[in-house]
Amino acid sequence: MDSVFGVQFEGGVILAADQSNARSILMYQSNLDKITKLSSHSALAVSGPNADLVNFSELMAKNLDLYEISNNGLKLSTHGQANFCRGELATALRKGPYQVNCLLGGYDESTGSGSLYWFDYLAALAKVNYGCQGYASNFCLSIMDRDWKEGLTQDEAVAIVDKCIRELQVRFLISQPNFIIKVIDKDGVRTLKYGADPADN
Amino acid sequence: MSILEYNGAAIIAMSGKNCVGIACDKRLGAQAQTVSCDFRKVFQYNKTFVGLAGLATDVQTMSSLLKFRKSLYELREEREMSPKVLSNLLSNLLYEKRFGPYFIEPVVAGLDENNEPFLSGMDLIGAPVYTDDFVVTGTATANMYGMCETLYKKDMEPEELFETLSQALLASVDRDALSGWGATVHIVTKDGIITRELKARQD
Repeated sequence: MDSVFGVQFEGGVILAADQSNARSILMYQSNLDKITKLSSHSALAVSGPNADLVNFSELMAKNLDLYEISNNGLKLSTHGQANFCRGELATALRKGPYQVNCLLGGYDESTGSGSLYWFDYLAALAKVNYGCQGYASNFCLSIMDRDWKEGLTQDEAVAIVDKCIRELQVRFLISQPNFIIKVIDKDGVRTLKYGADPADN
Repeated sequence: MSILEYNGAAIIAMSGKNCVGIACDKRLGAQAQTVSCDFRKVFQYNKTFVGLAGLATDVQTMSSLLKFRKSLYELREEREMSPKVLSNLLSNLLYEKRFGPYFIEPVVAGLDENNEPFLSGMDLIGAPVYTDDFVVTGTATANMYGMCETLYKKDMEPEELFETLSQALLASVDRDALSGWGATVHIVTKDGIITRELKARQD
């Protein structure tokens, strides 16, 4: 039921996710942050059951941190991080699978551009300009198909994301009042806006 | 829907006069939804091409595994892996997982040491078939068999082989919802490899 989507723009990536943590008829929490910072310039937006969501994103974040520590601060490229995540998911697939569908967004200093990677719970990886996971794709992919073009500015990308959120709030059966939006660019990962403060406990 | 049809693919490999060609579509889907239009399904290992159709995650896993095993072979043997050996290796790797298989149905196309064409196809547990004309795999096999049987001629020159391969693939994927959205064709001759992107229907 999670809505997770992302848009690449000139010099970065935007990731957005709804903030509801719900199961069956119960809403446990409406300020969950489903976008985890993986490294200084990358983040992972995850959709799926909360247990797998938290376990997988934490596993990835800690292992990528370990890589940096073990290699004298060498930063793994976004492509490398995406392939690492895919590898972990693929290995776990036939042992104890994580039912997570993810979007990984990152910025690489070497190319000066952002990149967005889509991977599903079966560990199929694809580099995309924009992407959605879950039911959000039914509503938002066509908006992105129409509005996305090469060389978008950050504001234009945020406008597309806002359009998608409004569409979901109007037409999606499940009520998702809160969305968190994060930007990844040369200045790192930062939260642009949120519906409800994730830190409020 | 069968697990082999979850992501969608269409791959044809054909032989010509001292050359082989392999063509594939570029769609990555999640059942009805299209996720990407530049998903690679054909991988190069020196002068041999392996086309992997089936579940995308296993396509990516197997292409890495093959690259690893090919590199190990070259380090140990100090020579290149011939297409026959690569095909056999792939068959073995698949049968190792006989009771929990990789959901892929590969084709292998290459030129052997004498620049003779080599073609093989296999099922998901590695049962091989060796032919001298063409092999097909993917979600549109019925279409592709029809097209290839009609258009194929023995001993085609590289340019004619390219035309034949392209027409066979394009016509086949246009009638299949799960494949298409672009196509790539590789022609391998003793002088080198020519790769061309085809303009295809984006639906």
